[in-house]
Amino acid sequence: MTGVVITGVGMHPFGRFEGVSTTDMGVAAVRAALREAGIGKDGFQAAFCGTAYGGVATGHKVLSRLGMTGMPILDVEAGCASGGAALMLAAAAIRAGQYDTALVFGTEKMPKGIIRSSFFEPWQEEAGLAATPAFFGLRAQRLCLTSGVTKDHLARVVVKNRRHGVANPDAMYQKETTVEEVLGSRVVCEPLHLFMLCSPNEGAAALVLRRADLPAPSTATASALSTPVTLAAAVLRSHIPGPVLSESTPLAGLASDAVPAPSTLASTAAYEEAGLGPADLDVVECQDTDAARELLSCEELGLCEPGGSAALLDSGATALGGRLPVNPSGGLLSKGEPLGASALGQVVELVRQLRSECGPRQVEGARTALSHTVGRGANAGVVILTR
Amino acid sequence: MSGMVRDGLFRDGDPPALLGSRCGACGSVHFPRADACTYCAADDPAPIDLSPSGTLWAWTAVTAPPPGYKGEVPFGIGVVELPEGVRVITRVTESDPASLREGQAMELRVVPLHPNDDGTDVVTYAFAPTASS
Repeated sequence: MTGVVITGVGMHPFGRFEGVSTTDMGVAAVRAALREAGIGKDGFQAAFCGTAYGGVATGHKVLSRLGMTGMPILDVEAGCASGGAALMLAAAAIRAGQYDTALVFGTEKMPKGIIRSSFFEPWQEEAGLAATPAFFGLRAQRLCLTSGVTKDHLARVVVKNRRHGVANPDAMYQKETTVEEVLGSRVVCEPLHLFMLCSPNEGAAALVLRRADLPAPSTATASALSTPVTLAAAVLRSHIPGPVLSESTPLAGLASDAVPAPSTLASTAAYEEAGLGPADLDVVECQDTDAARELLSCEELGLCEPGGSAALLDSGATALGGRLPVNPSGGLLSKGEPLGASALGQVVELVRQLRSECGPRQVEGARTALSHTVGRGANAGVVILTR
Repeated sequence: MSGMVRDGLFRDGDPPALLGSRCGACGSVHFPRADACTYCAADDPAPIDLSPSGTLWAWTAVTAPPPGYKGEVPFGIGVVELPEGVRVITRVTESDPASLREGQAMELRVVPLHPNDDGTDVVTYAFAPTASS
């Protein structure tokens, strides 16, 4: 089976952009990725577009603006993991020999405020049982009860990621914060304060994937040619029923904690596909919808023992300069979360990390990287890159 | 006369009950009542009333009105573990998280959610700390 390499990446920054459409942002990201890869309309045979709120034919609208149609264009929705799902489909098609080169992008303009999801029935909204931050708060409380996590830990996750985000020009917040400021922001749902929650926002990201055994076009940029980045694994998993606080947001579950989380299922399969384990990773971008989610993600991805996320944070390992920096981009806490673009935004960051292009937020010598998204469905996506 | 926020979820009585089901094949207990087992897909789970008493497993309060919500804020929300081996997402009548503790005894109530256009109340299920606890 052929390998897959990432030959070009592009971003539209994450933030709020009045007067800029979902299509506009997608076009910007796609053009940047194609420019790096050195290809145009005839350079790819399929396109996969991650989006959750973009509406009908989001991908077609982007590529129509560039005259790049005729090939199959698929919109892919998998909640927070939409981009990861698009990437998995594209990689599988290339590995199967269906295409030589595929374009993968995600673009999103989220509604402002608490995310209103069509996932819930109207009565759940009416009864107050569709309050997304409440589920985050309940999950955070359980982590506090089972993993020795305190509010101070939660605040320090935010401080860490916001410090990382200062050096990321594509992030929504590029300003440091303090533990005092985080704990001084209003309580949304105990134990979570406002600054501990990421902002739903807008943005786009794009990647070009190619069969590893084909030569790069001479038109590719020097940056793209210098460091080939291999897509070692791209895995999507859904939940197994049981956990009541799963992203599947059931109304009831089992009184048991033995059922594995979708992030654990996805990462276990991704480690196997890539032929490596968590100890081999140099840098991780993980789902930090809220501060507790980053800590839980570390546990579910096997970056520490179950219950060990507070100690991992305390050790400094997950900060830039530590053993295994987590969210050097600033994470969703700095970037904000445009659902269809967030997973691919992580992958763009990691490709740039592996190419040593990240300046002050560079993880020195990074060779192996993992991207993780998890959200409504439940869906969990894990991508592993190597150079 | 009061209206339920959704029919088929609970029965308003003394005591009230959440309406669940139990799978004849794998024994799993569901809430809400299911047409097919949500764990093993077996047909026709048996309707059961869930126990109106349980223990508190997780809790928080919602401080700002979420989209589509017509009731008052803040309001409590939590997870209560029932003797049937299920954990249920539920409103909690106590909206000050500091006044609750893990494992405390809770009991089912039917409580007003918000007034309807005709002045009657829309009601829903909620768990309240058991008086003696």
